[in-house]
Amino acid sequence: MLSRVADSLYWMSRYFERADNASRVLKATYGLILNPAKFSTEERWFRAVCSLAPGGASKNVDLQRVLFSLVADPEGTFSIVKCISGARENARQVREEISSEMWEHLNRLFHDVTSFTLRPDDDAGAMRVVTLVREGSYRFTGITGATMNHDEAWHFIQLGKYIERACNLCVMLDAYFVLGKHADDLDWVGLLSSCAAFEAYCKACTAELKPERIANFLLLKPEFPYSVRYSVDSMHEALTAIGNLSLSRRTENVERLIGRLRSMVTYVQIDEIISELHKYLAAIIEQCRELHAAVHELYIEYPIEVAFQN
Amino acid sequence: MITETDPSDRSGAKALQRYDFDGAYDEMFSALDHPRKQYRPLHNLLLNLGPDELLRSKHEADQSFFNQGITFTVYGNDKGTERIFPHDLLPRIITATEWERIERGLTQRITALNLFLKDVYHEAKIIEDGVVPGSIVYTCKHYRREMRGVKVPRDVYITVVGTDLIRNPDGNFVVLEDNLRVPSGVSYMLTSRRVMKQIFPGLFQKCRVRPIEQYSQVLLSTLRSFAPEGRSEPTVVLLTPGSYNSAYFEHTYLAREMGIELVEGRDLVVHDNIVYMRTTFGLQRVDVIYRRIDDDYLDPLVFENGSTLGSPGLFNAYRAGNVAFANALGTGVADDKAIYAFVPKIIRYYLDQDPILEGVQTFLMSDPGQRDHVCQRLEEYVVKAVGESGGYGMLIGPHSTEKERSEFREKIYAQPRNYIAQPTINLSTAPCFVDGMIEPRHVDLRPYILYGDKITIVPGGLTRVALRKGSLVVNSSQGGGSKDTWVLQN
Repeated sequence: MLSRVADSLYWMSRYFERADNASRVLKATYGLILNPAKFSTEERWFRAVCSLAPGGASKNVDLQRVLFSLVADPEGTFSIVKCISGARENARQVREEISSEMWEHLNRLFHDVTSFTLRPDDDAGAMRVVTLVREGSYRFTGITGATMNHDEAWHFIQLGKYIERACNLCVMLDAYFVLGKHADDLDWVGLLSSCAAFEAYCKACTAELKPERIANFLLLKPEFPYSVRYSVDSMHEALTAIGNLSLSRRTENVERLIGRLRSMVTYVQIDEIISELHKYLAAIIEQCRELHAAVHELYIEYPIEVAFQN
Repeated sequence: MITETDPSDRSGAKALQRYDFDGAYDEMFSALDHPRKQYRPLHNLLLNLGPDELLRSKHEADQSFFNQGITFTVYGNDKGTERIFPHDLLPRIITATEWERIERGLTQRITALNLFLKDVYHEAKIIEDGVVPGSIVYTCKHYRREMRGVKVPRDVYITVVGTDLIRNPDGNFVVLEDNLRVPSGVSYMLTSRRVMKQIFPGLFQKCRVRPIEQYSQVLLSTLRSFAPEGRSEPTVVLLTPGSYNSAYFEHTYLAREMGIELVEGRDLVVHDNIVYMRTTFGLQRVDVIYRRIDDDYLDPLVFENGSTLGSPGLFNAYRAGNVAFANALGTGVADDKAIYAFVPKIIRYYLDQDPILEGVQTFLMSDPGQRDHVCQRLEEYVVKAVGESGGYGMLIGPHSTEKERSEFREKIYAQPRNYIAQPTINLSTAPCFVDGMIEPRHVDLRPYILYGDKITIVPGGLTRVALRKGSLVVNSSQGGGSKDTWVLQN
């Protein structure tokens, strides 16, 4: 496959996952703030902002307009509309590579979410966009799995999706366990719902909400698709498949990095990391970044000289 | 009680009330209320469908185009508003007999034009024999000196052609223009067929329409036939200027339908006169390039202008025979509007046959006698710049103002070689669904011709419509739209 195409598929998928993540977080948070808060509503919004716009959050954020800016702000790099546009723009560059069904769905979703002209104080309107993306995202995942060959292109899509998901989860866990100090049961429900995990958690661990158990579930549970462990395993699977297809490439560095990352989330127990959670999460994000760079150098922007040596 | 209804009471008859004739050949009616045989099923349907139903169908079709992203971008605001390509709901119908003549005529014409290109870039016998003046050939904007003596695979220069035909008031098809460089629009032909089958399934079946869906397969096998020797499993790619090009939808569509890579210039690397594309597996050799980029932008090493759309070194790889282009470079010399005047002579010269399809009478402004004749009665003529396409640089005499005419007169005298003139031809009209009514609009026809080891013409084409009432300009850049074209089985 063309390197440029692989890159666009990867970014299409990352942007889409980012929009999907934002819609989950906002839906959960919005549901939460309707309840009276034990501590403060601001705290809840603050956590959502920290989960979605790392670095962009400070206590000074105008919380009245936070929903608007996370949903529709055309300037905001992290807004849902911006991410859907990014996904669609990348898809447009590789329309011949993805199935027509995928394109049509993504294109329609893009037109649907951009057709709203939202006022900054129109929470209900913003939530309609969130709902559109929630519904659209599961459908897109289904269509992608069902209408494409599960070949190299698909693996690049998977890689983008899960590397994005792993990073998002780490940022979110950091927001709840490290940055936000006061969390009550409702907030933990909020965190789990933000990861589409509430029901799955209850099935596995009962409805007893213990922070450590929740951390364990969202970080290390290999069976749950919105856990860091599951995401890293999926990245590994995608990279192995891509590596097997391109026998001629020197994949050692990428293999080393994904192997190291996998061991970090496989051979560890929650009580070993819970006290230093921030450091642990930061290390995972950093390793994802290194992996991203290594993949880019190996498959996307390799020097011509290297190509002729192989 | 059952009463016999008068046909004029049927709901659809109302929609036809505004159908009037302006002296052009009408595709549907031979006279008022007398539909031609091939149009009878459609006419019947129209009589029975109310405007509401038509409107609903129109909406359904629009939605289908929109969701498929068959749109072009209107620039000028941040959002990059997207519009669908304007299209008309009603099919244009061509009989088997009419088509048979078109097919023969185009095959003859394209064969001759290809021989002309080969000749012009090699011995130039036709010039030596005085049939076409060298002064016209060598001054063509699209003549490419670099192509002199270059052997092109199979001696085929024009692999993909879209020739514009019009029907004159007698009902005969004549050639208006040859598009031999990078003709576009075929994706609209293919997608609108898909939509029409959804909307008028019954009518479609009843009419026995010949299929066009095989176009992509024929195109692919045509392209593969140009692979350099020894490359039994050639890699064919489509080279696009990128997603900002107005025909980008078509590029992605064709690449997907053919299952080939859609590459941009930056994906290509030339090393030792071999073209490669950068893939995740490393560099992969490219054998045939269906290029949708103009000559001038293909290779910055040969054609100045610092374009980044192509890739440096492509032309040398081509000259070395390591890669094939479709179409070849320099084909624009044969669709120059001044050369057009010589096509009947070109056909006779190479094939020793009379042209099956006639052209439109053409006056060369480089000829003083013809120039004076035309300039004295500009209001009767259409004046065209020779190297332009897309309806740009045109004067339509009957619709022009005195000021426009005098401006053109000056331009003609300043650069006579740059202009030709043709009598205004009343293009035929076909029924179109406009503002809830069915009205006649002027149309042309662009069939697509593929030339590989043989010439293939998919039965159909793009019927372009001048959607503005009375307008004779069908180009999409000038307010034109399209409609599906049905060629009937015998």
